[in-house]
Amino acid sequence: MSTLEIKDLQVSVETEDGPKEILKGVTLTINDGETHAIMGPNGSGKSTTAYAIAGHPKYTITGGSVTLDGKDLLEMSPDERARAGLFLAMQYPVEVPGVSMANFLRTAKTALDGEAPKLRTWVKDVNGALDRMNLDPAFSQRSVNEGFSGGEKKRAEIAQLDLLDPKVAILDEIDSGLDIDALKVVSDGINAFASREGKGVLLITHYTRILRYVKPDFVHVFVDGRIAESGGEELAEELEANGYAKYIGAAV
Amino acid sequence: MTAVDTSLDSIKQSLELDKVESHLHPEGSFDLAAHPVPTGREEIWRFTPLKRLRDLHTEAAFGGTLDITEQLAEGINVSDDASGLLGVSGFVPTDRIAARVANAAHGTALYEIPAETVIEDASVIIVRGTGVEQAVAQHVVVKAGRFSQATVVFHFEGSATLADNVEIVVEDGAQLTVVTIDDWADDAVHVGHRHVKVGRDATFKHIEVTFGGDVVRSDTTAEYSGPGGSVELLGLYFADAGQHIEHRLFVDHTAPKTKSHVVYKGALQGHGAHTVWIGNVLIRKVAEGIETYEENRNLVLTDGCQADSVPNLEIETGEIEGAGHASAVGRFDDEQLFYLRSRGIPESEARRLVVHGFFNDLIRQIGVGDLEEKLTATVEAELAKNVLNNEKDNA
Repeated sequence: MSTLEIKDLQVSVETEDGPKEILKGVTLTINDGETHAIMGPNGSGKSTTAYAIAGHPKYTITGGSVTLDGKDLLEMSPDERARAGLFLAMQYPVEVPGVSMANFLRTAKTALDGEAPKLRTWVKDVNGALDRMNLDPAFSQRSVNEGFSGGEKKRAEIAQLDLLDPKVAILDEIDSGLDIDALKVVSDGINAFASREGKGVLLITHYTRILRYVKPDFVHVFVDGRIAESGGEELAEELEANGYAKYIGAAV
Repeated sequence: MTAVDTSLDSIKQSLELDKVESHLHPEGSFDLAAHPVPTGREEIWRFTPLKRLRDLHTEAAFGGTLDITEQLAEGINVSDDASGLLGVSGFVPTDRIAARVANAAHGTALYEIPAETVIEDASVIIVRGTGVEQAVAQHVVVKAGRFSQATVVFHFEGSATLADNVEIVVEDGAQLTVVTIDDWADDAVHVGHRHVKVGRDATFKHIEVTFGGDVVRSDTTAEYSGPGGSVELLGLYFADAGQHIEHRLFVDHTAPKTKSHVVYKGALQGHGAHTVWIGNVLIRKVAEGIETYEENRNLVLTDGCQADSVPNLEIETGEIEGAGHASAVGRFDDEQLFYLRSRGIPESEARRLVVHGFFNDLIRQIGVGDLEEKLTATVEAELAKNVLNNEKDNA
């Protein structure tokens, strides 16, 4: 079982002109087995939602709550949130020079499980996850995200999702910068994860392209720090045809 | 001044190939009288805590002893009489401590790799200090004969007040790696000078690791006796509370088509931890077609530390392949820590990983298998002692 419940989430960031409110009350529940897509124009607060839930220090929560299976995520440090079952695939995965993917993945898995993974099966698991993302086994000897192409970074994020097996995955613009072949590989990975027992997916995207391969149960349109409209898959099709013009007009 | 005068001058200048008006290149002298006692205001001394040098820079008597254990690979010759070799590498003292050592110690030891001898295993010289009260002066020569290949490791440990001059000659076509590990006890003072002369098409690699000691100051200078020589200087240091670690490097491109690559990385932690890195490169007029790059990165782990980093590049000719430098002093990167933590890795472990990676990035360039493993272990031990302790303090 896994339920991510976001209630009236309000978030601000520190700017030179003082705090700026970015999320103005977001309410959203992701139940077991559901895939939600958040769409919206640039600056509408999509990524802020992802990072605020994951606990990035840049964002200040000014109101509302976020719980995972009833546990208050906002009380937790970023690593505690991950250990509670949250995963964030980042739009720009960070380079960590000198730390091999193998070392990083093993350290993360050990932290999540509370014990080191069994050596023999683990190497097989890692190679399998890399292979499913069309990444060579030698990839695990490279430094985390260092010198990876844009597509390799995104595929490595999904390989991590596969291996670390969280309850809820937030994928922030996982489709940006991918060519069509890489998009299919990444989508297959997301679908494989979503089909596991009791998983939730929150897919944040600027484009409808990925929604041809990852079918969302719900689509939410973000405008100016709020959900302007929610619907099913058909909402994405409408956005594909008409864009965000009507929402932006309404917000102004 | 007329245009003709100006062009005459520039022709004269361009013809004057040997003399360089360079602040990076002071005139040296073996005469102690030419080196007055420093006050601390001199450019080359301004970062150094003179009061903690136990009078090495004034007139401390050299009466102490060291325990030296040699684990030499087959093929390398050692001699304790190298008295005729003072200045064999082209070394001329440019500061008072080097001049004092040159006057007090003539050829303490010579390690010689005969020409065309290729030695796989590293030769390890363990230098153990036996106390700080009596200062020690040493003059050591390492000579790699033509087309030889070898690795020599100097491992310093224990307590000492040591001033040493190490002269290194890498003859034509030879490949020599020298590793210097300052793994001193907390009370040691070590002021070292190393001078290397790199022959035609020869390769010299120096790996300098500085962890221990109260004050460690090392000068490393390299010059070339022929074209095609290559110098790689890699450094790794970790300064704890109260420690002063100073590395001064000078690569003098005295021949064409030569290369130099300098990378020093350090971490600082604790009140009063101070590191200094001076990276000087001089490209002389004669040194056409050379390539040089120098880099220094410092990771400041806590408040109360100071890292000084000063790269200097002096270029007398534009006819070169490339010249660059980079210098940075920074704290933990929040984005790196967040990324690691977002995967469930606790903060202390994430910090440990970042520092491990910071050094590992350098360690993997060393190219001496055994040593890489050893250093990784040493870094891990240092991190366990320090970074993790710090976490406990904060908790």
